Amino acid sequence: MSLLEIKNLYKSFGGLGAVINFNFTIQSGELIGLIGPNGAGKTTVFNLITGVYRPDKGQILLQGQNIAGLPPYTICQKGIARTFQNIRLFKDLSVIDNVKIAFHKNVDYSLFSTLIRLPAFFQGEKDIETKAMEYLSIFKLDHKRDEIASNLPYGEQRRLEIARALATQPTLLILDEPAAGMNPQETKELMELIKWVREEFQLSILLIEHDMSLVMGVCERIYVLDYGQVIAEGLPQEIRNNKKVIEAYLGEEVGKC
Amino acid sequence: MQEKSKSWLQFLLEVIVLVLLFTLVQYALSAGLVNQSYQITLTSMCINVILAVSLNLINGFTGQLSLGHAGFMAIGAYVSVIITNFMDLPFIAGILGGCLAAGIAGFVVGVPTLRLKGDYLAIATLAFGEIIRVVLQNIDYVNGPAGIMGITKLTTWPWLYWAAIFTILIIVNLMNSSYGRAIVSIREDEVASELMGINTTRYKVLAFVIGAMFAGLAGVLYAHYFYIIRPETFNFLKSFDMLVMVVLGGLGSTTGAIIAAVFITFLTLALQKYAAMRMVIYALTLIIVMIYRPQGLMGNKELSRKTFSGIWGGRK
Repeated sequence: MSLLEIKNLYKSFGGLGAVINFNFTIQSGELIGLIGPNGAGKTTVFNLITGVYRPDKGQILLQGQNIAGLPPYTICQKGIARTFQNIRLFKDLSVIDNVKIAFHKNVDYSLFSTLIRLPAFFQGEKDIETKAMEYLSIFKLDHKRDEIASNLPYGEQRRLEIARALATQPTLLILDEPAAGMNPQETKELMELIKWVREEFQLSILLIEHDMSLVMGVCERIYVLDYGQVIAEGLPQEIRNNKKVIEAYLGEEVGKC
Repeated sequence: MQEKSKSWLQFLLEVIVLVLLFTLVQYALSAGLVNQSYQITLTSMCINVILAVSLNLINGFTGQLSLGHAGFMAIGAYVSVIITNFMDLPFIAGILGGCLAAGIAGFVVGVPTLRLKGDYLAIATLAFGEIIRVVLQNIDYVNGPAGIMGITKLTTWPWLYWAAIFTILIIVNLMNSSYGRAIVSIREDEVASELMGINTTRYKVLAFVIGAMFAGLAGVLYAHYFYIIRPETFNFLKSFDMLVMVVLGGLGSTTGAIIAAVFITFLTLALQKYAAMRMVIYALTLIIVMIYRPQGLMGNKELSRKTFSGIWGGRK
């Protein structure tokens, strides 16, 4: 069974079809790219998968179970985590608190033991602290644990967002333009990081990206979206030479018209 | 281990300071050193602290602008008076009943309205407060607009003091936990919070219910101190007063809310002679604070042991 299978997903905003009959599969451990020109509907697909939008039609099967239309927090609890195109950290909170919040869905002490400070609370907090620090040190942010998130430099904010998403212990990680605003060197490091994360955490990754070097460099399969429809699907080298894809990005040849 | 014994020592020290403060005031009261006007100020101060700290949980920490806090206070006040004065049950039953009723009202109001955001939520909660007032005016059982008079005075200094401490303790404990972080994450970014697996509706309602219960507690204490409660007492200006304290102290700071509540209580006392000018000075204070310190006195920071050890340098 595929990890995630999307069948005939459809979403329109006031008559405009943003995502039209989108079909997609991702296996366990796969690293897949979703590309397309601006406004093609890539982020809408992510928002549909993670429950931010409700699909009009279609199914989203996570390990065979339909999750279409469930609220976002349930979908996260079922194992899909994401980052955002425009970073959405909890800006006024410390770096470590950002990660700690991701552990809340598995919190093992009750509200009651919180209010009157039972031993279960202290033990639980200690465990959360240790786990959060593990994730921070993986992403080399442990020395900034008490810094306010919005004070971090841009690259570190991106890393923190990925750390936070991973802390929810997903089976599928969705990255929305992780390399946006990064220089070639940073992009290269990010590429290594993404590959490493996939191995280390044993998960599948789906990413949207405009930086072709990144997409071609890490993705095993690529879906190309244009005007809400998949116009091509295949291995990176196939996509590179696909006529429809080139047309979508660069326009048609003059002679043809 | 050393760390642990030190934090125990600090805890013990804090308890001693709290008890000392209590005993000191208790002694002053019983020795007749405090005149009537100061006694009232002391009572208002404790009640205002409870109101500001609990409203701060909703407005400051959860980031949901609520203007109906006086409504919950009214419910607590009326229900407790019915229990103690009409049914002749002990004060503790009145306190529990008042809090519970306010909490239930918080749940009933919170579930539908917390779907709304920002201004819409503010208007809905404002309307709720007014509805409570109008409903109370039209119930003959509680004498309608005339209100209930001759309520037995049961609120004493120990009740006031420990109720305020209890409120602060519960809210501080809540906020310094995973549940508290979940609540704050809603204020920071509701979408991101939801996508991190947090059922935001549930935590908004939780914060709203806890806030409402403590507003109810404040209502109970108020009713059993001032002899008389009328629906008019709990109009939207009362909610507005509480909001002023929270904003003045800094949205999202419990210590800020406490400081502001104490400050405003004293300001009210000081301005008693100039009743007409009161609202003007009130408004001016707010305008000045908002211009020079828009984040409130404390911002979203807390005064804590850490702050003090910072101020008194290096003593670790």
